[in-house]
Amino acid sequence: MFAVEEFTGEVVVYSSWFYDNVWLIPALPAASFLIILLFGKRLPYKGAEVGITAVLAAFGLALLTTFTWIADIETDGGAESHSEEAMAASGPELAVEAEDGKEGLKFSRGAPVINEVEWFGIGTDANRVTLGAEEGAAAADGDADDHGEGFGGGFSIPIGTLVDGQSVMLLFVVTFISSLVHIYSTDYVHGDRRFTHYYAFLSLFTASMLFMVLSSSTIQLIVGWELVGVCSFALIGHWWEEKPNSDAALKAFLTNRVGDIGLLVGMTILYFAAGRTFSIPEINEAAVAGDIGQGTLLISSLCLMAAVMSKSGQFILHTWLPDAMAGPTPVSALIHAATMVVAGVYLIGRLYPVFYEGFGIAGGSINAMAFIGGLTTVGGGLLAFVQRDIKKVLAYSTVSQLGYMVLALGVGAYTAGMFHLFTHAFFKACLFLGAGSVSHACHHSFDMKADMGGLRTYMPKTFWTFIIGTAALAGIPPLAGFWSKDEILVGTGAFPGTDGNGTFTIPFIFGLITAALTAAYMTRCVWLTFFGEYRGHAHPHESGPRITVPLIILAVMAVWVGFLNMPTAFVESVGLGSGWAHKFEDWVEPEGVATFVGGANGFTHAKPSLLLAIVATGLGLAAGLIVWRYYTALYAKDPKATEYSDGLASRNSLAAAGHRVLEQKYYLDHLYTDVVAGGTKGPLARAAYWFNQNVLDGVVNAAGYVSTLVGRFVYRYIDQGVVDRAVNVSGQSASESGRFLRRIQTGQVREYASLMFGAAAVLAAVFIFAF
Amino acid sequence: MQDFLDNWGITVMVFAPLVGVVAMMLLPEREEETHKLIALVASVASAIVGLLLLVNFDYDRSGVMQFARTDTWISVVNADYSIGLDGMSLPLVALTLLVTPLVIIYSWNHIPSPGNAKAFLMLMLVLHTGMLGTFVARDLVLFFVFFEVVLLPMYFMIGVWGGEQRLYAAIKFFLYTLFGSALMLVSFLALYWSTGSQTFSITGLAELVADGDVARNTQLLIFGGMFLGFGIKVPMFPFHTWLPDAHTQAPTQGSVILAAVLLKLGTYGFIRIAIPILPEAAVSWAPWIGLLAVIGIIYGALGCLAQTDMKRLIAFSSVAHMGYVMLGIATLTDFGINAAIFGMVAHGLITGMLFFIAGSVKERYHTLEIARLGGLLVQAPRMGWILGITTMASLGLPGLAGFWGEFPAILAAYQPAPGLSEELFRVYMVIAAIGTVLAAAYLLWLLQRTAFGTPSEEFEDDPHIHDTVFTEWVAWTPMLILIVVLGFVPSLIFDVTNEPASMVGEVIAALG
Repeated sequence: MFAVEEFTGEVVVYSSWFYDNVWLIPALPAASFLIILLFGKRLPYKGAEVGITAVLAAFGLALLTTFTWIADIETDGGAESHSEEAMAASGPELAVEAEDGKEGLKFSRGAPVINEVEWFGIGTDANRVTLGAEEGAAAADGDADDHGEGFGGGFSIPIGTLVDGQSVMLLFVVTFISSLVHIYSTDYVHGDRRFTHYYAFLSLFTASMLFMVLSSSTIQLIVGWELVGVCSFALIGHWWEEKPNSDAALKAFLTNRVGDIGLLVGMTILYFAAGRTFSIPEINEAAVAGDIGQGTLLISSLCLMAAVMSKSGQFILHTWLPDAMAGPTPVSALIHAATMVVAGVYLIGRLYPVFYEGFGIAGGSINAMAFIGGLTTVGGGLLAFVQRDIKKVLAYSTVSQLGYMVLALGVGAYTAGMFHLFTHAFFKACLFLGAGSVSHACHHSFDMKADMGGLRTYMPKTFWTFIIGTAALAGIPPLAGFWSKDEILVGTGAFPGTDGNGTFTIPFIFGLITAALTAAYMTRCVWLTFFGEYRGHAHPHESGPRITVPLIILAVMAVWVGFLNMPTAFVESVGLGSGWAHKFEDWVEPEGVATFVGGANGFTHAKPSLLLAIVATGLGLAAGLIVWRYYTALYAKDPKATEYSDGLASRNSLAAAGHRVLEQKYYLDHLYTDVVAGGTKGPLARAAYWFNQNVLDGVVNAAGYVSTLVGRFVYRYIDQGVVDRAVNVSGQSASESGRFLRRIQTGQVREYASLMFGAAAVLAAVFIFAF
Repeated sequence: MQDFLDNWGITVMVFAPLVGVVAMMLLPEREEETHKLIALVASVASAIVGLLLLVNFDYDRSGVMQFARTDTWISVVNADYSIGLDGMSLPLVALTLLVTPLVIIYSWNHIPSPGNAKAFLMLMLVLHTGMLGTFVARDLVLFFVFFEVVLLPMYFMIGVWGGEQRLYAAIKFFLYTLFGSALMLVSFLALYWSTGSQTFSITGLAELVADGDVARNTQLLIFGGMFLGFGIKVPMFPFHTWLPDAHTQAPTQGSVILAAVLLKLGTYGFIRIAIPILPEAAVSWAPWIGLLAVIGIIYGALGCLAQTDMKRLIAFSSVAHMGYVMLGIATLTDFGINAAIFGMVAHGLITGMLFFIAGSVKERYHTLEIARLGGLLVQAPRMGWILGITTMASLGLPGLAGFWGEFPAILAAYQPAPGLSEELFRVYMVIAAIGTVLAAAYLLWLLQRTAFGTPSEEFEDDPHIHDTVFTEWVAWTPMLILIVVLGFVPSLIFDVTNEPASMVGEVIAALG
């Protein structure tokens, strides 16, 4: 066990029983997985009770850990850190001089608390990097490319927990949503053909996700990353009897594998670049301190970006995420909206200094991360427009929102990105579970156009919670999404007077477009589902309390969690003390620690702008209103219509082409399935196999044929009386072929043997004397 | 007890199966059950002695040969009966000791056509002795003899108990391997003569070569001969074509042994003999080994994607997986060699399991044609799950054994030993990483087409299709447990292999 203070010497590191025993949080669902797997089917509730107990206990622990963390931050004067006076007054143990000798006081808050043990090591003991020892030396090696020092260094792989604002936040989100999904599922998947398996995998997923969240080393992160992937695979393919489901599961796994190339390569590069360490804080520290070259950081950032793109559904590796909706809806809410898909965003945050330096975010105007995020957020938003399936609307919306988060991190708005991750988890889970509730009422259909419409009167609780989720997602003040989205737009620094980390105009425009798009497609979705007249053939009804209560809880969260990170100016203008402002930032974003970017790296917080908030909200409201008008006009014509028969797409060829491109999802699926996968599986694999059978094997067969001829020729002249004992044995056993073998092959074998020894001696002589 | 183990432990372990062979020889063929029992007892006896060795092994000195003894054997060529066990051979010996009894248990009700348990199991025991002997030999002549002892039983196993094209496959296997062995023997002889005809001892030869007795070009040629000999056994691209045929035609037991242990004889030869004796030549050859390794990774995977037969697909996957092992070895670093040994054990367990399952599927469906299968999870859910776990392990999922052979090998390629081109090996690293995607593709496609979905009409109501039976459970459970345990506690192997692997790495590092 070692604490970060050993390498900074000046940073306050909190301690608590909860931090030291935080491993219990993933351990509980892991134990639950084993119990359900072994005994689940014999239990009265088929294992659900074990899963729920474990996840609730984990949630309880996570909650206490969260409170402890918040208390620690608050006592250390987190809130005051933003005012210079408070910093000066906060006491000698907190005000330390900056290391580089610059004037000014440094404030420390939210340093990671690490507990780890060695998992295993490779390399000679003397050279192995021992835990907690001489990290300075390791970091000083920097780009240790020289063989002399680098070789034989060995490595020690730790396993442990890292508690800081970011991991605590995710602990809370994962256990909270997972608990609700566990409860919701008791009703939703009731009577399912594999109820027990379902709960086993929910537990395993929760455990893996928490294991990943708490990673203190990159290798532990990789392990967790892959484990959540396999749980996702299993749950998408939960109903594997039907081929589309197993196809979707395979697609998810394979697409993620493509990203994993980047993960493995990127982590390998960082391991060597940071002086042979897998430790996340040490890698971060090396990146902040400039011990790793910019080029190396850029390459590893790009590699890791590939992993982020696949896991967090960024263009162009997002195509698996909408297909993943083949899994049960609660799984979509938990894994493919609130938690697992944000793993990529989490990864960026975890190694933020690497990305920050690698992409040169400070003072920049565009970079790969911000661009990919921007592209994703608009591209996903557009696709959400043409879906008939309510879950697919939400899936593309998730893609779009994940793009928002990546965009935020790409422009240097770390807290905004994390905050959006946080708020999104609640309202998107609320929406997904709401969609599940709707489908529960409509014969398990998700088709908005054929089987829904007018549901608001049948299922008011679902309707109202869905509306709240929609408003939060669309960024309507004062709901959660408004605050986080506003912060991201501000963070781009492109709006006059915001002073971000750079001037990211293009991402800013992408973000504004998405603000309008989101409101528009969600209005369409709400209208098609809840307004107009019911078009299906079921008897819709409100769902039971195990479904509606989680919905209500999530809707309540979607209302208020945005208040956790209000700008100071706003808080003061409404008459609250400044202590109410940017709490989330205080709790999550470390400050004054060597493992995170700080002021010295040009890391700043943008200033909020009232005008921007009005513009963005206005755009959203206007877009929503236009769509609303479209549908109300349509409704007036025909209450059961879902689109104009003579719509724009049928009159204008350009619009028709655009619509087709969207319907075909930009043809990316064709590219991947037909060209890439089909090409590899088909022509490429067949060509390789043809080469194998005809060229390589042709040589072998020719050689074999000649040898056989020689063997048969010689066979006539050899004595058959002496037969090898082992051959005799097999001869007794022989079938027809065995006898044949014995007669023919014994001669050959002996002949080969003698030939071989003779030839060997000759060749050996050649080896020695030829040179 | 300690005395006994020190002096006789390894010898008893290696030759105990032959005692069983002698006993079986005296009994008539019709007493099948007795034969099975004798075979099991002989292999278990060998395993118990092995277990005692493992328990008494001094794990703090895993770099040193333990329980070693050296007796004069063929004095005219200075060949000794010299054996020992160190951290490099221990995991492989343990793997062999585990797999053979499990295969014999599996054989209890799975004697392949045309039957004759007596001959089949006798061959199995001879094979066992040969494999164990190869891993403990410290003298090149002794190594060669054991290496060749393995050949014949496997040849007969394929040729007599194999599938429809068994003759072709058996002859191909035999000729190919013998060709490699011949070159290996050439190299051994050349080494012996060029160092002054003094010894065949591996360490002795290494010292003589280090003293500068052998010209550089001769070293290169000698290494080349070993490269071919061991490379064919591994098998490395382009010398792998015997493998798919041998695997496809071999009976299940033969395939399992072949995949689990026999292929490792080749990779073991590299790290035990070729590299330690000829480190300079190894540095010169390493880029080529690495090249063939990564070609094998991609090529083997593409070969898998083209297959329509489950068993042949698994066979091709061995080419790809052994590519990772060889890439680890080619880096010539402690990382790489550790990864390679781990990869050998992991591949042995995982691919062995896959062949077991393929055999059981064949027994039930009488076909391994992937297009005709499907819905295994419906008809035999437990077996379907086992297949699922094993494919996940095979594609290198963290938390299961396969990962720790794969990722460290990729990691090691980023920074190979001094004297090797970093740029080149980094290219290899990326290619190897791409190989993991292809591995996932062919394995998951296999899983989807065999286990998912619903059974085809052809097999829907087939009464022969039943779930896992008792002998299968007994044979499979230990392997499955190990696959999971090694995935979470990789130190079980790394702690043992670390020292000897580092010693090899240091020899190379000392050159640069």
